[in-house]
Formats: sequence, structure tokens, C-alpha cells
Amino acid sequence: MLIAEENQGIGEKTNMGTRTLAGGVLSDREDVTRNPIKIFTRELDMYYGAVRALQGITAEIKERAVTALIGPSGCGKSTFLRTLNRMNDTIPGARIEGTVMIDGVNIYGADVNVAALRRMVGMVFQKQNPFPKSIFDNVAYGPRLHGITDKAVLEHMVEESLKKSAIWDEVKDRLDTSAMQLSGGQQQRLCIARVLAVGPEIILMDEPASALDPLSTAKIEELIHQLRKNYTIVIVTHNMQQAARVSDFTAYFYMGSLVEFGETKTIFTNPTKKETEDYITGRFG
Amino acid sequence: MRHRLTKKSGNFSEWLIQKLLLLAGISSMLIMALIFVFLFKEAVRFFFTANPFDLIGKWVYDDWEGHYVFKMMWQSISEVPKYSLIPLICGSLLVAFPATVIAGVLGLGCAIYLSELAPSKVREILKPTLELLAGIPSVVIGFVMLAFIATFIQNTFHTKFRLNAFVGACGVALAVLPIMITIAEDAMRAVPKDLRDASYALGATKWQTVWGTVVPAAVSGISAAIILGFGRALGETMIVLMATGNAALVTGNIFSSVRTMTANIAAELGSVAQGSEHYYALFLVGAVLFTFTFVLNLVSEIVLNKMRQKLRM
Amino acid sequence: MSEALLLTLPKLTSQRVRWSEILSDVLVRFFALIPLSALGFIMYMIIRKGAGTITWSFLSQMPLNGMTEGGIFPCIFGTLAITLLMILMALPLGVAAAIYLTEFAGRGFFFRVIRAAVNNLAGVPSIVFGLFGVGFFILFVGRSFDHVLKTGMLFGQPCMLWAAATLAVLVLPVIIVSTEEALNAVPQSQRSASLALGATKWQTIWHVVLPQARGGILTGAILSISRGAGETAPILFTGCAYFLPRLPVVHLFGVIPIVNPFDQFMELSYHIFIMATQSLDAVKTLPIQYGTTLVLISLTFFLNFTAIIFRIHFRKKMGMVSV
Repeated sequence: MLIAEENQGIGEKTNMGTRTLAGGVLSDREDVTRNPIKIFTRELDMYYGAVRALQGITAEIKERAVTALIGPSGCGKSTFLRTLNRMNDTIPGARIEGTVMIDGVNIYGADVNVAALRRMVGMVFQKQNPFPKSIFDNVAYGPRLHGITDKAVLEHMVEESLKKSAIWDEVKDRLDTSAMQLSGGQQQRLCIARVLAVGPEIILMDEPASALDPLSTAKIEELIHQLRKNYTIVIVTHNMQQAARVSDFTAYFYMGSLVEFGETKTIFTNPTKKETEDYITGRFG
Repeated sequence: MRHRLTKKSGNFSEWLIQKLLLLAGISSMLIMALIFVFLFKEAVRFFFTANPFDLIGKWVYDDWEGHYVFKMMWQSISEVPKYSLIPLICGSLLVAFPATVIAGVLGLGCAIYLSELAPSKVREILKPTLELLAGIPSVVIGFVMLAFIATFIQNTFHTKFRLNAFVGACGVALAVLPIMITIAEDAMRAVPKDLRDASYALGATKWQTVWGTVVPAAVSGISAAIILGFGRALGETMIVLMATGNAALVTGNIFSSVRTMTANIAAELGSVAQGSEHYYALFLVGAVLFTFTFVLNLVSEIVLNKMRQKLRM
Repeated sequence: MSEALLLTLPKLTSQRVRWSEILSDVLVRFFALIPLSALGFIMYMIIRKGAGTITWSFLSQMPLNGMTEGGIFPCIFGTLAITLLMILMALPLGVAAAIYLTEFAGRGFFFRVIRAAVNNLAGVPSIVFGLFGVGFFILFVGRSFDHVLKTGMLFGQPCMLWAAATLAVLVLPVIIVSTEEALNAVPQSQRSASLALGATKWQTIWHVVLPQARGGILTGAILSISRGAGETAPILFTGCAYFLPRLPVVHLFGVIPIVNPFDQFMELSYHIFIMATQSLDAVKTLPIQYGTTLVLISLTFFLNFTAIIFRIHFRKKMGMVSV
């Protein structure tokens, strides 16, 4: 039985979805390829001091879809992610060339309000990083920064965000307890709720499940699937099956370059480049 | 119409806060500069009325001897005021030097013990003890030297003066010991474990490793500790004011009463008329003292920085 | 057993006594006992000699009979008042400076110059601060205020305000260094989280970094209060009084008593100094000297001890090595 399954052809339709080179199964979902472009980068170069971390990245990221960035460690996928909300600004010596357009605005333009940009482009980090404050205060942190002080409004926003990030039922009775008492997976979903509370349109996720157990990972993936309907999601992942499961588009990075970018379906079943296939099938270094 | 991404908001307060923080950030530099300016501003006025040569000594007619003699004295209240820095510098060195030697030897031993031998439980007691020792006000150490130790030392060494340079040096050694231990120990703990392992692998014993490998590798940190300790010893005021007898003599005898630069300022500034030659002379002493300690601190800072850079590589 | 093994065995197990090694070992262990015993000796002597003097009336009375009898209340009052005033000036400046250093200055040449200035300031002799207090605060700043505000000789004379300012300059490096350590202990990921939510740098510092660094900053504040309470040389000429028949208190609107920063004051460490060296009858006042020293050393010991406990607690919370 096992052997029979493995012998099934790559790219063939199974009754569950499409079998991929990496061994996972792609879920069939509605077509998002015609969605408008949300983020567009052209000839994007990024330097840390004298080191070029990204070279000539040109990519189009579609609205209300999940785009996965894959590639070996140090390939530039996280760096690319951080250029999209200018988190690289905080690193001394980081410098950028080329353009990143979001909704038609060059986000590296001189007149861009970085705080407003980061409100619009939320970010979830690899290691869950809740503030050592109460659950409520964690989620209310963003709205409070932006001037909302009305208790009722805040309560409403917190509840909405926690519901959207599928953690409301687990924490609704203990909003005043410290976020540090939650489990790792709950903390990560709380961090997602914290991002949702500032009303972003794009959510960047930097290996959001890499520090979590399989059950928590499954919950995060399910959450990504839910959020996809209303948000543009860009996710960095080490886990090929995860990329196959959650994403609509996949970008393969290698040594600071974007090697291949396309529909996940295509990349995982019929990649055009040899390097991509090698990486996906695990033949890579 | 502007896009919402390019709407500016609240940037002025952010800018203002940054400028205020910058101002606070450079406050230490600013204060150092102000100390420098306000010491030297008064100090140079000494030369408006006095001869620079007076700082070494003065030819004074001696009634007893019946002729002029060259006197290297600090004698501010006198018919002919004498402002020689020689006895003060001599006093300062006669206290600071032995103090640094005592504290250096003890400090190196303590640092070796803390970094190489001490079990972590002992460390957890000894380190706070050092901090508590460092936290004892210098006036208290001065008082203890004056009230208990001075008599003990006089009886042991049969010294002429109960209060002398050695008594002061012992007190000062106690005061500078904690910081010297801390810096030397940090330097030794920063020596990579590989280096120790390499020494053990060659068959060296514990102490051969300590003396042959760890101490030489940490030598810059240890010298920084000694330089810094010497600087602190030169600047110590209350202990020497209370325990050294305060006689401005040119002497090399460690059991003689001496007057240090610091004690001299502390003893005389209170009774001096602002704007007098004496007043400027005291600021001059302060300026000399400041220059000494500044250079010593700077050298130890540079040595430590070099060491940190080397360790990072 | 083979012959070869028999030959090597004694070599491996031989205990050749190395006298230099034993000497090193004993000597170093002995040296390590010295700071501990010095602290013990000082505490023991002061407590043994001073405990008898400590009575309620000693702590609560004014000095009497040319300071040969009576209590030290004005000294305790003055010490508390001046350290309070000092920390009010030094803490905001020191914390702000540390924020600049950790969050804004980067790690380049400028940063190293500022660090060198902080370290060098920490090594300036305390008597030089005294000179600086006289030359800068009293004669320059004070006299200028008087000149501009037409206040006669209100600012341009030794008083608690300038003594506190001088001490504030002296403890500034203590506050900067410990605050820096506390800020650096806050994980970078916390800053990233806040910045990614659209917070500005200052909002991040104020709402996320500072609250988490509170314990470490408090440690620095306590340490500097202790340091300030024990310093004598900087206040010798900037506001300390040999004897004052009244407390440095002024009545606001004629009713509310507050510390008068324009008055001179008596202070514990200065009191010890003058009683030990310039007292009218140094032998008769010995109990007062011991008693005052015990009060001062209890104060600084208590403060330092509290600071150490706070820091161990803080470092544990931040997951740092505790010693």
C-alpha cells in the first residue's frame, strides 16, 4: 500500500489534491492568479555594509493570496521579507537599491511615513515575541499607539482580533493574565492577533511555526488559510510541505537571487529550473 | 491627494526627543569638557601673579641660616607663601604607589581565585562582598584607619608618626581593591577555554596553566586594572586626608607624614579667599591632579578596548 | 600484566609534590579571604563600638554643647535630603544618556568616544568634583543666575542645591552604566515586535523597553544613592555646614514645610570627618563618631545590599548569568 502510494506519479491528481515533488499534497483551492498585484519589487538590491544580501529581485505579489518564500538558510528570503515593511532600516549599515511598490507607492520614497507603512504591512516573527504584559494589553498595544483610548472600542478591537486569529475561545476568560503564561503556539497566535489589531492589509510571516510543535503548527496553518481571504500574506518557511500546503505562489531564493517564482502548483510539480527541483526534492546540499 | 502611506504625523516630537536624548548622551563629554575648562581657567591665573618656577621651589632668606636657601615647600599661610608642587606630588606618589602595589598583589590573587579556582557558590558570595566593600564610604575607611589601624601599625613598625603615608596607603588599597579585582577577573574570564584546554592537553598542571597561559593572555586587562587602580589611588581624598598626617614634606620615607594633592585641596579650599593667589594655586593643584588621572583613565580605557577588540576577533 | 604496563603505572600515579603549586594555591586562597575579612572587620568594629551610642534620642536630637553631646538628627535629615535632590537631577539625565547610547548611538567611533567619556568621568577624583562644584555651579552658574534674576546672593553661594548638583555629576556614570546594562538586557525581538506594529522608536522605548528595564534602572538608582550618601569631598565646599542650629527647611506659603535647597546643611559623612579630625574634644566625642559612622555604614550597606538583591532578581528575570 505504502509502495503503491509512493509510486503514484508526481503532479497527478489524487483524491485529496495534487501530489508534489516534496512529497506533500497541495490542497485544491480557488484560483487567485487573477487577483490584482499588491506588492511589486523591481531590481531590488540590498546591502549589509559591503555584502550584497539581495540582488536584482523582481517580483509581483498578488493580493489576497499566500506567497511562500523558500530556499536554504542565508539565501535572502528573510532579508527580502524585511525589505517589505522596512524592518531592515533598524540594522546599521543596511542599504537598499531598486524599488518596492505597495499599492503603487514606492515605500522607500522620501515622503513615506514608516510607522504608517508598518501598520499597513504587519509582521509575525520566527520566535513568538509577546510583550510581558497582559493578553489584552498585548493586542491593544497597536491601537493605543495610534491614539485609541476609548475602553469600549479597544475591547471590541481586541475581541475581533483574537477571534480572527482563532484564539478567542482559549483566552476570553483570562484577558488580564500575562501573555507569558500562554503556550508557545498560543503566544504565536496572540502575536498574529496583535498584528491584526492595527488593521494591516499585508501580513509578513518569518517562519512563524518553526519554533512550535506539530499541533500548534497545524493551527497556525489553518489560521493562515482563514486569513488569506482578507489579507495578502507573505510567508518565509523552511518546511517545503508547509509551503505546499499553505501557499498559492512560491518563490525560490538562492544566494540572494530569486531563482524561480510562480504558482505553487507549478513549482512543486513541474519546476522550470533544475536548482529548484533539486532543492524541493531534497537533493540540495 | 496624498496617499495614506505618505501622510506625515507627529514627527516633530519624535525629532525633539531624539535631540534631547542626544544632548543627554553627550552630557558626560560635556561635563568632562566643563571640568577641564573650569579647572584650567582658574589654574592659569596663578601664573598672572606667580612665577612658574615657584611650582618647584623658591629661594627664601632663612633667618636662622643667615642666607638664601632653596625651599621646596607648600606653605600657603606664610609671610612668603610657597606653592611648590613637589611635596604634594611626592606625597601623592608615596601613598598611591604602595597602595597600588598592595592592591595589585592582593587583587591579582583574588582575581585568579575567582576566575580559576572558586566554585560558583563561593563566587556568588565573594562577588557581592566585593561590591559591599566598594560601597563603604571612603570617610568610613579613613575613620577606621585613623581610629584602629594607625595605632596598630605604629606599634608594629615603631614609626615616628602615628599617621603616615603607609597607613593611608593601606586604606587606599582597600578602597581601590574591588575595582581592580573586577577588571582583572573579567580579563581572565575572557580568556577562551580552548587556550586552557590546549595547556592541559600538553600536560601542564593547573598552576602552570594559570601562570603560563591565563595570566599572560589576560595581561592587558590586568595592566588596565593596575593603571586604573593607580589613577583611583591618586584621586582618593578622604582616606588620605584623615590618615596620612597632612604634613607637606619632601620625603621618600613611607612611614613619614605626607600631604597628597587631594588632601591639600580638601584641607585648604575652605579657608581661602576667592580670587587670591592661594585660591588659584589650589585650582592648579586640581588641574594637575585631573590631568594625571585623566591620562591614566584614558590609557586603561584604550588598553581595555584593544583587548575587547582582540577577543572579538 | 605486561611488563610495559607495569613500567608506566607508577609514572601515572606518582604524586610529585610541587611546592610552588601548593604555595600558589594557599596564597591565592588566603588573598581571596582578605576583602571578606576587611569588610567583616570594619563592620564588626563599627558595630561593636557604635551600637551603644545608638538610641532614639541620638537619632532624633540636635547636637548639643558645641557638638560634644546630643544627637545627629540634622545630619540624617541633610543626607536624606541631599541624596533625594541628587537622584532627582541625576536619574533623568543618566537614563536619557543610556537610552541614547544603547538605542541611537550605534557602535561606531562616536559611541566609543562617549563610552570613554563616561568611564573617564567615573575616574575623576572626588575632590576635583568639589573644585568643579565651586568653580562651575556656585561661581559661574549661581552668580550668573543672581546677576540675571537680580536675586542678590541667593544662587551664588554654597547651598544644598549645588552640593546635590555636584553629587549628581559624580554619580552620573553609575546610573548610565547600570541603565545601559538593563536596556541591553531587553531582547531585540521585543523592539522588533513594537516597531513592526508601527510604533516609532520613542514609542517603542517608552512603552516596551523602559518598562522591562525598570528593575535594572532601579538597581542603578539605589547604587548611586548609596554612593552619593557616602561621598564627602565633593560637598566639602559646595554646601556642607560644620554646624547649623536649624534644619534646612523653609515653609512654603508660610505653612507647608519643604526642604530648602538654598540653605546649607549638615551631613553624616562630613560629620564623621569633622568629629574625627576637627572636634573640640576628639576623645570625648568618640562615641558620637562611632555612632555616626554606624548610622552611615548601615545606610549604605542596606542600600547596596538592596541593590544587589534587586540586580540578582532582575538578571534572573531577563535570563542573564547572575554574577
